[in-house]
Amino acid sequence: MNATAADVALPRLLSGFAEGGMAQLDRHLALHGPLPSATALPGDALVELAERAKLRGRGGAGFPAATKMRAVNASRGRAIVLANGCESEPMSAKDALLLGELPHLVLDGAALAARAVGAELVIVAYEGPNSDARPSLEHALKQRRAAGVDAVRFELFAAAEAFLTGQETSLVAQINGGAPRPTFIPPRPTARGVRRRPTLVQNVETLSHLALIARHGAEWYAGVGSEEEPGSTLVTLLGAVNAPGVYEVECGAALQPLFAAAGGLRGPLGGLLVGGYFGSWLPAALAPALELSDAGLRRHDAAIGCGVVVALPAGACPVAETVRVAIYLASETANQCGPCVHGSAAIARTLHAIAQGTAETGALADLARWTASLPGRGACHLPDGLSHFVATALRTFPDAFADHARHGPCEACSAPELLRIPPPSGPRR
Amino acid sequence: MKIRVNPITCQAHGLCAELFPEWIRLDEWGYPIINPETIPRVLQAHARRAADACPTLALLLERE
Repeated sequence: MNATAADVALPRLLSGFAEGGMAQLDRHLALHGPLPSATALPGDALVELAERAKLRGRGGAGFPAATKMRAVNASRGRAIVLANGCESEPMSAKDALLLGELPHLVLDGAALAARAVGAELVIVAYEGPNSDARPSLEHALKQRRAAGVDAVRFELFAAAEAFLTGQETSLVAQINGGAPRPTFIPPRPTARGVRRRPTLVQNVETLSHLALIARHGAEWYAGVGSEEEPGSTLVTLLGAVNAPGVYEVECGAALQPLFAAAGGLRGPLGGLLVGGYFGSWLPAALAPALELSDAGLRRHDAAIGCGVVVALPAGACPVAETVRVAIYLASETANQCGPCVHGSAAIARTLHAIAQGTAETGALADLARWTASLPGRGACHLPDGLSHFVATALRTFPDAFADHARHGPCEACSAPELLRIPPPSGPRR
Repeated sequence: MKIRVNPITCQAHGLCAELFPEWIRLDEWGYPIINPETIPRVLQAHARRAADACPTLALLLERE
């Protein structure tokens, strides 16, 4: 990897990261400096700044942050900011890292977001009652109260442990006292969300970027990345690399330097999963030239999503990995929408039969039909994500699926699991 | 005008596909697959009839 200006400029978000504990307020302020005051950087200027920086959501959908802020500002009523730290995606680790190690960056960004939409209340949501996030957030908030840095009130919310817990409307529903289930849109949370008030839901990484953009400006932010996608982003890199973990890369970065930063590959590559469980399987042959940019990934019908990249080792079985994740995703349905309840189960069941070599003829055609007809037909994107995950697996590993359909499980099927599935959290209604 | 279904409310009664087959067909579990395009004026009365007939009021007509 050549030492370019961009390499020197990174890490940004992770610059405050140090082994052995969260970044305390004094260290955080010494590193990044204080936040600009509301006089120096009022709310409307912040929205414009987010727009000029082309800041986009890092929760998976990549929605422009400024557009969301404007939608909240166009709604009637006092707004609420909801900092979404519910990772949900089992393979992603970046949001937990930010909440646990760099909470002041998240809280800075949330306070700024509150300024941008005129909110007095920020709710920080994290996944799971036993998460490491809570003590770190509580400690950080105590430090901030003592130092008097915030003009807003913070509340913490422990969200349910489920794949759909961080889905925007599902998170809002939980905070409002309901079950962790997505709701139908309209209304969008920007119009009616927490406590029926206009709610700005932003991923905690998005907010962390806002915290630095507010201090250093949109031009600084664009000092790395491309013109279309300025700035940096967090990637959770897993699988056949020597040092799996969370890495900060410039937006649109190439895959190879990322592998190099992670100590290189441990062996030959069997395939790639880009974007996590709502993402896409890609053939290993694409890896040498792959760019993790919007355009570079769109060319292969993929997107960076929540920033998870998994390097599948050549020895692993893509069929076994795909089937386990498909069964998990199907089991995480909120049981609300018919096409998802029936379609997801049918996909998982049929894939399982193919992997066992017990599928009936026509199983692959069934899968092709379901994965094409399910997207867009649920209240949330679970059927879309599952369909795409499975369709890209079938497309990327056609021989492996055909072999399993004919001969049943392969030797690698019983190898240790690569893609992580959370333990069942017990029956949900 | 476009027609959309609230998938949470829909209970697969299937009346919509009977009343408006030009735009709505059912999947193998009885849930509607709806043409996302703009409904031509001549068919809009059918769209209204289908929306009115839905027992769970799951169909939404959206003006553009």
